[in-house]
Amino acid sequence: MDFEFLFNNIVELTVTGLVLGSIYALLALGYTLVYGVLQLINFAHADVFMWGTFAVAWLFILLGVHGNSDLAGAAPYLILALVVAAATSGGLAMLVERVAYRRLVRKRALSYIILISAIGASFVLSETMGIRDLIVEFLSNAINAVIGIFGGHVDLSEFFADYIGRARGITTLPLTIKPTTVLSIGNFNLRDTDITIIAAALIMMVLLDQFIRRTRLGREIRAVAQDPEAAALMGSNATNVVSKTFLIGGIMAGVAAVLYQIKVGSTSSSIGVVLGIKAFTAAVLGGIGNLRGALLGGLLLGVTENFGSAIFGTQWKDVVAFLLLVLILLIRPTGLLGQTLGRARA
Amino acid sequence: MRKFRERAGDWLDDKLTPVGAVLGRKPIKVPLIILGVLLVYALPILNLPLITTPDSDFPNVLFTVTVYAIVAVGLNIVTGYAGLLDLGYVGFYAAGAYTVGILTAYHFAWPFLLVLPIAMGITLLTGVLLGAPTLRVRGDYLAIVTMGFGELIRITIRNTAWLGGTGGIKAIPAPQSIGAPDGLFQIPHLAWDGLNPLIDLSRSTKFLVFGVLDATPYFWLALTALIAVIFVERLVKTSRVGRMWEATREDEDAAEIMGVATFKFKLLAFASGAFIGGLAGALFAAKAGYINPISFPANLSILFVAAVVIGGSGNRWGAIIGAVIVAYLPERFRELENWRLWFFGIALVIIVSFRPQGLFPSYSQRKARRAARQSARLDHSEVTADV
Repeated sequence: MDFEFLFNNIVELTVTGLVLGSIYALLALGYTLVYGVLQLINFAHADVFMWGTFAVAWLFILLGVHGNSDLAGAAPYLILALVVAAATSGGLAMLVERVAYRRLVRKRALSYIILISAIGASFVLSETMGIRDLIVEFLSNAINAVIGIFGGHVDLSEFFADYIGRARGITTLPLTIKPTTVLSIGNFNLRDTDITIIAAALIMMVLLDQFIRRTRLGREIRAVAQDPEAAALMGSNATNVVSKTFLIGGIMAGVAAVLYQIKVGSTSSSIGVVLGIKAFTAAVLGGIGNLRGALLGGLLLGVTENFGSAIFGTQWKDVVAFLLLVLILLIRPTGLLGQTLGRARA
Repeated sequence: MRKFRERAGDWLDDKLTPVGAVLGRKPIKVPLIILGVLLVYALPILNLPLITTPDSDFPNVLFTVTVYAIVAVGLNIVTGYAGLLDLGYVGFYAAGAYTVGILTAYHFAWPFLLVLPIAMGITLLTGVLLGAPTLRVRGDYLAIVTMGFGELIRITIRNTAWLGGTGGIKAIPAPQSIGAPDGLFQIPHLAWDGLNPLIDLSRSTKFLVFGVLDATPYFWLALTALIAVIFVERLVKTSRVGRMWEATREDEDAAEIMGVATFKFKLLAFASGAFIGGLAGALFAAKAGYINPISFPANLSILFVAAVVIGGSGNRWGAIIGAVIVAYLPERFRELENWRLWFFGIALVIIVSFRPQGLFPSYSQRKARRAARQSARLDHSEVTADV
């Protein structure tokens, strides 16, 4: 128990908590949106996000960007990374919906059956990343078996060595983004990367909120969330809407992936499990199915977790989130702001 | 295509029904059962070609498979009978293993056979403690909460010096041998030259001597435990409790209205599952001799769920076959070992999509499916008759 540390660094801890919280909040959107329309947990979402973080790293390797840079210098690459990561995560999220959900939802399978299918999908996504060196080697051998007949030979493993090296371990972003201190009060330094992450997350949240409120697709999503059958009778294609909902969630995960890379600067195939539980906690904390709840829950979780790890030690950081999840579900399972994407408030 | 898939499913059903019926339901002649059990006990001695694992020690593999089978039977109670998706089952496995580690080696030096029931008791208690707050939560929330608890147990072990911390617990003693050092008697293994059995005198198992070199006595111990578990589980399943579990799984609200105290029965299922998971963990610890937090990763839980679902959740024999598939195949085909999680992830998606009842569904599910098919055929024939 180290309360003194907490009080001495409370501003710093709050800001870094908000930074982590913004990433949780963006991820929580994926859970909340899908829960809103399907009443199911989008189990593979965290792995879709994990692929986004790899998309960023691979893009940087592809472009040959490396060394150190400040945020302004890295900005053009980061904006490109935003597009690539959003496309990767969005596409994968739609694929997950198509493969793991659509058929079972149409058959009205029991919810735990659909959940198992989603867990399978999540497993495949993270394992594919974890054994990507073996997969490339296998493909390489298969191709060589064919083109070997004509005397050709390729070594994909060597060609992709930068991308598949240490498949089970940690892949660091080749470009190190150095934060610049913008403002300094006492022992607290406000860094530009932190401001950027929080601002970017807030902007995305506002955009999404307005999108759901004002556009035709947003209205359809809300309609399907309220009553899929009535929505279908009114002429909206529920399957299509669900698929697009996954896409939107995936895009948000892609944005979160870029912010994560700015903050952390490395990734691995197994980050999905813990991040997924935390983002889900954030969604439940705010009220699952509620977009603004996801933002509130994410930020709150980030800060609580930081305070918790300041008091109990950083090795207990993940425990704080799990305990919080259990507490909310016991005390107020509908979350702080209440559920439902369907209501006008969403 | 759809038609073909349905046909294929039906065909598989028809082919598997007699197998499943013999395995799971119809009273088979007692001598046949005894013969079968003896054959399983003799597997490491017989060392049958094709079945035996060329790349790794066969008795060792058999032990692992049996421990997975115990886990599958336990998880089948939670997930298959009561319909509670538990993604943190590895937590109970760890609790059992650590109780053994602590009581036989790390802080005390009690004998294994005394510690075994204590380990199961402590795991049962863990199950009740974790289940009591979480089982009020809705079904799909439960999955993620249990997953959180699995991680919680692992992190707690990692951060607590009293539990061994990151270094884990080393030198866990083997169970007490009977008639050591040479055992009550020795049984030579068979070696095969093509199809000719030869007696391999260089390799013989000392009966009931638990050592490092020979895993056969551990396999016998685990198999005995598995048989005991199946025996008790069978009694519980066919009792009122088993029916309450199934009622809760199918429709919790309806069950509650009919007077089933669903929470109580869910907790009972959760605790029974934990109890059996603790047994498996205890056996694992005694055999391995060394445990650390890395031995209990989160995706082991998912592998356990995969075993139950692939085999057929709700049917203990299906779950056991699932466990054999999940634990044995990667050892038999060693070059595929790194692919196994990937492969079973894909298997989960495919099985759940096209055959949600698993490869070997339970008797009641098979019956329901057959009835549905027959009524569909009747409908169809009526239509054609009208035309």
